[in-house]
Amino acid sequence: MAIALNIEDLHKTFSLGFIPKKTKILKGISLSVNQGEIFGYLGPNGAGKTTTIKCILGLIFPDKGKIELFGHSYLSLQAKAQTGFLPENPYFYDHLTASEFLYFYSQLFLIKKKEREEKIKHLLQIVGLEPSADLQLRKFSRGMLQRIGMAQSLLNDPSLVLLDEPLGGLDPIGRKEIRDIIVKLKEEGKTVFLSSHILQDIEMICDRVAIIVNGEIVNQGTLKDLISEKILFTEIDLSGVEEKELKNLGESVTKKAGRILLRVSKEENVEKVLELVQSKKGKVHSLIPRTETLEDLFVGMVKQK
Amino acid sequence: MKIRAIAFHTLKEAIRDRILYLILFFAVICIGFSRLLALLTIGDRVKVIKDVGLSSLSLFGALMAILIGTGLVYKEIDKKTIYTLLSKPIHRYQFLLGKFFGLVLTLFIMLLLMSIIFLALIFFHTFKIEWQMLIAILYIFLELCLITSVALLFSCFSTPILSSIFSFAFYLIGHTAWGLETLIIKIKPGFGKAVAQALYQFLPDLENFNFKTEIVLNLPIPPSIFLFSALYGIFYTLFVLTIALLIFRKKDFI
Ligand SMILES: Nc1ncnc2c1ncn2[C@@H]1O[C@H](COP(=O)(O)OP(=O)(O)OP(=O)(O)O)[C@@H](O)[C@H]1O
Ligand SMILES: [Mg+2]
Repeated sequence: MAIALNIEDLHKTFSLGFIPKKTKILKGISLSVNQGEIFGYLGPNGAGKTTTIKCILGLIFPDKGKIELFGHSYLSLQAKAQTGFLPENPYFYDHLTASEFLYFYSQLFLIKKKEREEKIKHLLQIVGLEPSADLQLRKFSRGMLQRIGMAQSLLNDPSLVLLDEPLGGLDPIGRKEIRDIIVKLKEEGKTVFLSSHILQDIEMICDRVAIIVNGEIVNQGTLKDLISEKILFTEIDLSGVEEKELKNLGESVTKKAGRILLRVSKEENVEKVLELVQSKKGKVHSLIPRTETLEDLFVGMVKQK
Repeated sequence: MKIRAIAFHTLKEAIRDRILYLILFFAVICIGFSRLLALLTIGDRVKVIKDVGLSSLSLFGALMAILIGTGLVYKEIDKKTIYTLLSKPIHRYQFLLGKFFGLVLTLFIMLLLMSIIFLALIFFHTFKIEWQMLIAILYIFLELCLITSVALLFSCFSTPILSSIFSFAFYLIGHTAWGLETLIIKIKPGFGKAVAQALYQFLPDLENFNFKTEIVLNLPIPPSIFLFSALYGIFYTLFVLTIALLIFRKKDFI
């Protein structure tokens, strides 16, 4: 498979403060993103996700390391012409209207004059901002800014889209809509690189993920490889059985109005519980096997560090 | 093409700035005030109007260049709009030049407005449109271009307030550089003289752009001086822009 983005041994130090003090922010990041996949970049606050993305875009210059976009050096205009970028907490020229803003940026690409209007209309429709096309950006809500940010990142029909927390600050419906757009981008053959905290969202759409903690990649691979599908435990919600009868089958988590939520670790015990409930003419309200989630993995990784 | 897009965007943003109109307002008051001064003068009244008018154009034009110019780059960085802008396929020099030309365009429009008021005022006195004033104004414009580049240079690495102070110091020293020259002649050879001489070499002589006296008094000016002043302005501006670019090129937008 062709590689869209390749980063090798990226280092960055910031000198901050009145009396400059050096802090290592990135300590040798290496990762590669295949063409056509959705790549999730995970990490706790302050891990260096945004810093990595800024390096890729040439907004800050790494101390050491190699970055290649489609085989071009990342600073070349060819690389940038194929890239789209949505910053975290997007903020744009607030005196422009949505369509004026997109028009300004479209001039920075070599989009033909005739095609611009068409393109802008199309993008506004994709992100669902058509009714606000002539509204000044200062009057936009957080979610609307996120959408217009998404629209501007797609102006050049990029092959690679870098999204820094694209789902931040959105309500559940907004999240779903943006997620749908991201999946559609993948269907169009584009590569998506996104950073996020919201693990369920990443879990739902990403093909591969990298986890960054404290400026270092601690794990990288397909979700399948990272998360074992082994069942960790099963949660059974039941009633009609005395608590003490369940004692050596599993631990009860909560007990309310005669209903017991039981956590069963051994698989063979699940059968036994069900038999017991049946014999006592009790009732099973729900039975949920819990597999490992990205969250478990993530929390584990961060704790280890 | 890309520079043009950024320049027009900058113009659009700059002419929305209320500071611009505040300065314009004061400039118009000052030009009008010259009429009052003229009434109090015995002798050539028009001369006073021309003198005060041209000085106002230079001073208020410089104020516009400084107060808006220093905010230009800083605002983009502060509000983080520069992140998406620079992630587009543009070079950093294109961004900086776009900002520069956008502001120069803004100043051109403002200078034009002030000049029209100024020429109209003279017209009421002499019933002639004094076109030769435009020569003096043209050189004021060149001076404003230079000040713009200086404001831009400072705004690449410091806050608007500091940059404004630096730029205004540049303007004041630039107009009193002749004082430095007399100082050098009077001072005894030694360290002090060397410093004064170095300063004199490095700082621009903004009086090169001042043709007020000659134009107002209708004195002849040799073409070589015109040419020298024009080239001086253009090269000094290019020089300052180059330094600004060298700083801007390596800047991290954390
Ligand atoms: N403007 C800044 N000034 C000072 N320090 C900064 C700045 N930006 C980032 N840092 C530092 O760099 C480190 C990495 O920041 P970065 O923004 O890359 O984290 P992140 O992974 O994107 O976090 P988040 O999930 O909160 O967005 C942080 O520890 C932070 O302290
Ligand atoms: Mg971040």
